[in-house]
Amino acid sequence: MIGVALTILRKDLLLELRTKESVPAMALFTVTVYVLFHFGLDRDSLDGELASGVLWVTLLLAAVIGVSRLFAAEREQGGIDALLLAPVDRTALFLAKATALFIYLMALELVAVPAFALLLLGPDLSGAFPELPVILLLANVGLASVGALVSALAVEARARELVVPLLLLPLLVPLLIGAASATEPLLRGDQSAEDLGRFLGLLGAYDAVFVLIALAVFDFLLDD
Amino acid sequence: MYSKGIRPLSIAAVATTVVALALVFFYAPEDADQGFIQKIFYVHVPMAIVALGGFVAGGIMAIKHLRTGERSWDMRSYVAIHMSIILGAGVLATGAIWAKASWGHWWVWDEPVLVSFLVVWLLYCVYYPLRYSIEDPDRQARYSSVFAIAAGAFVPINFLAVRLAEAYTHPRVLSQTGGNLPGEMRLTFLVSILAVTLLFVTLWKLELASKHASMQLKRLRRRLEAAAT
Repeated sequence: MIGVALTILRKDLLLELRTKESVPAMALFTVTVYVLFHFGLDRDSLDGELASGVLWVTLLLAAVIGVSRLFAAEREQGGIDALLLAPVDRTALFLAKATALFIYLMALELVAVPAFALLLLGPDLSGAFPELPVILLLANVGLASVGALVSALAVEARARELVVPLLLLPLLVPLLIGAASATEPLLRGDQSAEDLGRFLGLLGAYDAVFVLIALAVFDFLLDD
Repeated sequence: MYSKGIRPLSIAAVATTVVALALVFFYAPEDADQGFIQKIFYVHVPMAIVALGGFVAGGIMAIKHLRTGERSWDMRSYVAIHMSIILGAGVLATGAIWAKASWGHWWVWDEPVLVSFLVVWLLYCVYYPLRYSIEDPDRQARYSSVFAIAAGAFVPINFLAVRLAEAYTHPRVLSQTGGNLPGEMRLTFLVSILAVTLLFVTLWKLELASKHASMQLKRLRRRLEAAAT
């Protein structure tokens, strides 16, 4: 099963490397949203709650793009039938897709977080280490599992473009609360990590619940 | 098959609702702090509890559907979620009225229970576009069930998260039912919960029976048309 998952993952990453459809679009989108926030808030630099909120809302909105593109190649070029005809365990498919999304998100954040520090963030980002990468990592696990589940749920729906953001964003509210609250003290002037354990615990619990649910129900999606 | 027991159930629902309303207006003492407006509590809280119960029940029925493969369980799950969404609209409306009366604003963000409820309600509203944009009936039932299960599990984790994020200002009724409610209020509250639950179950059964009947009618029409041609 792991072998099958790795094969699908390799295919997805290769496709992404060749076509560059998801990650560059997501990165471009985040920078555009920073510009929008700059004008919308009419602020040159942000810190604390505002900075953490802008960063996380932007990342979640960029994740929506990644999620709606997750099965795009299969759908547009008809590969999904071949994939489903092959004796591929659905769990392997879920693992591959969630891992692909996880890698996209990590790649995106390598661009989006420094860009945020450069364009909008007031305090220096160096004070946010090593806590921020841990928060990003935990949030990405949750985003990847919920994202893979939602994109598989929406793959058969006619109103796909509508269903993905409407379904994904409310599901991500607990994740946003955990991630934004944990990040907020790190982006303040007097950088200190307060209540970090509580919110990391929340993110961890969220990840565990949704990985398990996705693994349990994924068998019933993408049938025939 | 779904209409069995609807008559006694409806009578019981109407009777308990009448008793509950009578208790609310004539028996329960007026709140010393908030006065008359506090009585909306006997509508708001039971509706919220029953709506959340309905969402979770929808998830459990969806699990049954995926386990057994019987379409009737998907129908039950769908109708439970449908009824809960309608109740949920009522919860948000009465919550806003109560908030306006006791805090002076139609919406207060530092009230975790109401905010969590809004998030849950928004999520469940996507059930309709998801369900009705899938054409194949088998697939529609399966995907809807997967949604119902994921959303059902989301309900508790969302309440936990919002509570962690906000200050504790909402009157926490459930955990304190035995604690701070005086006897008359508690009795009225419990009767109100019973009334809303019975109402929910009655409406759920009625809607199921009507859906079942219209599906059968459609099937018969199709057969008639096939026979005529």
